[in-house]
Amino acid sequence: MLRATHKTGLVFFPAFDWAIDPTHPEREERLLYTQDQVFEEGLLDIDGIVELKSDLVNIKDIQRVHFCVPDPWAVITESHLISAGGAKTIGMAVMDGTIERGFALVRPPGHHANRVVHGARGFCNINIEAIMIEYLRRAYGVDRVAIVDTDCHHGDGTQDIYWHDPDTLFISIHQDGRTLYPGSGFLNDFGGPNAAGTTINLPLPPETCDEGFLYAIEHAVLPILEDFQPQLIINSAGQDNHYSDPITNMNFSARGYARLTSMLKADIAVLEGGYAIEGALPYVNAGIIMAMAGLDYSHLREPDFNPDRLHQDPDVTRVIEKTCNYALEIWNKRAAITHTVRKKPDCGERRRQIFYDTDNILETQEETIRICDDCAGALRIDSISDRGVRMLGVTIPRKACSRCIEQGHQWYENGDRNHYRHIFLQDRVTDRYSERKD
Amino acid sequence: MIIGLDVGGTHSDAVLFDSRGLVRDIKVPTNPDNLYETLLTAFDLLMEGQRPEDVKRLVLSTTLATNMVVQNTLPPVAMIVSGGPGIDPEHFRVGDHYYVVRGALDHGGREIEPLDEQQIKAVGEQIRAAGLPYVGVVTKFSVRNPEHELRLAELLAPYVERVFMGHPLSGVLSFPRRIATTFLNAAVYPVHRDFFTAVQESLAQKGIVVPIRILKPDGGNMNMATSLDYPAQTILSGPSASVMGAIAYARADESCLVLDIGGTTTDMAIILDGVPVLASGGIEIGPYKTLIRALQTRSIGIGGDSVVRVRDSQISIGPDRLGRAMAYGGPLPTPTDAFCVLGLADGGDRSRSVQGLTPLAAALQLSVEEIAELIFTTACREILTAARNMVSDINSRPVYTVHEMHEGIQIQPDRMLVLGGPASQFAERLTTLFPGEVMPVPHWQVANAIGCALARTTCEVTVYADTARQVVTAQGEGYHQNIPASFDLGNIREIALELVRKKALARGANPEFVQTEVVEEAQFNMVRGFYTVGKNIRVRAQVKPGLIHGYDPQTETLNRSDL
Repeated sequence: MLRATHKTGLVFFPAFDWAIDPTHPEREERLLYTQDQVFEEGLLDIDGIVELKSDLVNIKDIQRVHFCVPDPWAVITESHLISAGGAKTIGMAVMDGTIERGFALVRPPGHHANRVVHGARGFCNINIEAIMIEYLRRAYGVDRVAIVDTDCHHGDGTQDIYWHDPDTLFISIHQDGRTLYPGSGFLNDFGGPNAAGTTINLPLPPETCDEGFLYAIEHAVLPILEDFQPQLIINSAGQDNHYSDPITNMNFSARGYARLTSMLKADIAVLEGGYAIEGALPYVNAGIIMAMAGLDYSHLREPDFNPDRLHQDPDVTRVIEKTCNYALEIWNKRAAITHTVRKKPDCGERRRQIFYDTDNILETQEETIRICDDCAGALRIDSISDRGVRMLGVTIPRKACSRCIEQGHQWYENGDRNHYRHIFLQDRVTDRYSERKD
Repeated sequence: MIIGLDVGGTHSDAVLFDSRGLVRDIKVPTNPDNLYETLLTAFDLLMEGQRPEDVKRLVLSTTLATNMVVQNTLPPVAMIVSGGPGIDPEHFRVGDHYYVVRGALDHGGREIEPLDEQQIKAVGEQIRAAGLPYVGVVTKFSVRNPEHELRLAELLAPYVERVFMGHPLSGVLSFPRRIATTFLNAAVYPVHRDFFTAVQESLAQKGIVVPIRILKPDGGNMNMATSLDYPAQTILSGPSASVMGAIAYARADESCLVLDIGGTTTDMAIILDGVPVLASGGIEIGPYKTLIRALQTRSIGIGGDSVVRVRDSQISIGPDRLGRAMAYGGPLPTPTDAFCVLGLADGGDRSRSVQGLTPLAAALQLSVEEIAELIFTTACREILTAARNMVSDINSRPVYTVHEMHEGIQIQPDRMLVLGGPASQFAERLTTLFPGEVMPVPHWQVANAIGCALARTTCEVTVYADTARQVVTAQGEGYHQNIPASFDLGNIREIALELVRKKALARGANPEFVQTEVVEEAQFNMVRGFYTVGKNIRVRAQVKPGLIHGYDPQTETLNRSDL
């Protein structure tokens, strides 16, 4: 009889009654055919694969990660509480040992959601992986976590949230930002001055095939993971690298995704994008579930799969090899890079404009991090959207040193109420979130 | 006059109902080696002095098919399957004559790979050479497009006596379960056919002319003609007889836990707002996971005759039964002996019960009365724990929409309905351990046969429409029509309700009293590129499980002139 070699949990929440708008790629229909395929294959009946009912996250779970402006209710729908809840349910089951691995097959997605949330960008409102991870850190004392984002779009939201966190390794493999939304995630984006090297970007050229993706996993991702020694590996499992995806230009196959999943051995996978809803998602999702459970996926293929059409151009191969070598170099030389970075006088400052394509909002942000060798550093964010709402957000990190705690409180208390509509303090040491109301 | 006859594992119960109510009930031991004889014995006893021409309705529930599966006495049948991309169909092998052939469909029912007719004919030759009269054919996604199964059946017809297809069995998606269900259907068929044909003939000789109805595990019945096409739908019907026997006493605004405490096991189920809760998948029996629709039930190995032991200074009850209680000549002490010691059982030899419990009492340094109390309470507590686990499993069933998540119905039983041999003793004790009301179901000793007699004819249909391709299909019903692109959920709902009504009538329902309902429906805009090209609509409709029209649980009588 068919039996999973790794006990695998699945939260399936297709949100069959939720859409950004009726013809948007992120609509009710998106996981319909995936559900058909998963049910017809009988995957949920297999010994060692269990389906779990999604729990909801609460506002506290969201505030552990985000500054929502003006408040969480203004920027989310109930569906977001459930999809983040799906990830959290899987995370808890893994930590409780009721499952060995798990896949949150949920929507809406989350990896484009930054720490500050004025609205939706890249179809994302809140970062469901980060919410899960920070919950697990709080509830189970997990420390070192690695996130491998295999969505075709750069996981810029997750990168933003963990930019300064040396305990979170964030690796994003994506189509080169010069050719695709959100236009970021370049090799030299390797993290802030307190966490240089724990952000790794692997931009791959358009037309990358199975060969190229698996090369990057084997030659860059796995060696870095091996070195980082995370307690948990999370895969942001976007499926839009598929050769049939309508909004991207890559040539990855369902079996390639399954192979990637087997190699990565993630503890938790969370669905991100993927919009070839009939021709790719049913097969890619089935492949990921089968690979996580350790089942044979050699009979899995798309109806129109033709390996002859998916040969990688030698130029593409050369670019990928170079990219992987460069990324490894950054990782290996991260101590030296930190040293260099910190020489710049304004290294603790970041000024950015962030566009929210989904909700058409433009945010201007000024960020200050306290350079620190003892913790991730106190963080101060001054943010204003073109809708006129200005906020000050202060984060005291999870393992903050006494000086960063002091700095955080100082920033919070000294914020000028005439300047800012909202002043928030995200104190991760006490796990409290507050807003000044004077 | 109505007859309900439930041939159970240990006992067989039969009841006779008419406008005066329950006229007669009998209980006879089941002879597991000859169910036919048991059935006719019970029938003759019940009908003594009655006029056979007065019998207007006759519903049977037997363990015939269940026993074949559990005891692994299914005859060999051939299976031919085609899967296409996905899990290797070799993993779903059943029986020794299992053939995987070329051909594949996708989730929309579109052909990915055609059948290879030469290959199929060659398999047909092999099946004929092996002397197998029955073959099951199943393809992946056949409920979306049955063309391949129909063609397989056509090609194989010359080689066998009968071909069983997968798609008519259920509209639910699950290729492995479709294979197992089709296999069981084909394997159970010859024995089922011979048994019920013989029963029907014997009854005809006795002057009973109404068609036999056979109970299903979903709490409804089907007529015998239908059962020949779906014989596997008679598997595990026993627990549903009990639930239907209790349902008249479950109010429409509460959730009830039904406990059927028998000699070997206790079966439990939930009735929510007067309607039994159905299992989310199909029944699972032995190594088979099926698409056979069933009530959500759970069975634990604790009954009146379960063996009681002391293990690690703890009382342990069941799961085995080694004959009757010691009070009635059995070999080992049982909960029934505890009742005897406590003076709660009629008849029986109390001294033998005392003799049986004495060593257990000594082992735990208790008096015989104290150990009897402890056995009784332990049995009740274990039954309640199992019930709580079942409820919690139902409450943690996944949902797929924000709406359902929001509704988040959480069952918490308000009342407990108890039936089966020791129901009255257990009910009294369970009252002290359960926060709600506990009530023995009237006629608790034969309530299962009453449920069998009064259950409705049930069925369900799944309808699938694609307005872009302008088609609506219900494969189980052989239904395939073109529709205008403008059709919406309302139109498809109408089609589903009409189909389920027709199906119920064909299965023997009374046209005046068919109560249908939609159990699941969804409508999706299909967007290709940037345009909505149509709607994907799915509707599941059923006959609401329940008791036949005209039965009044207050007076326990029938007020229908045709019965």
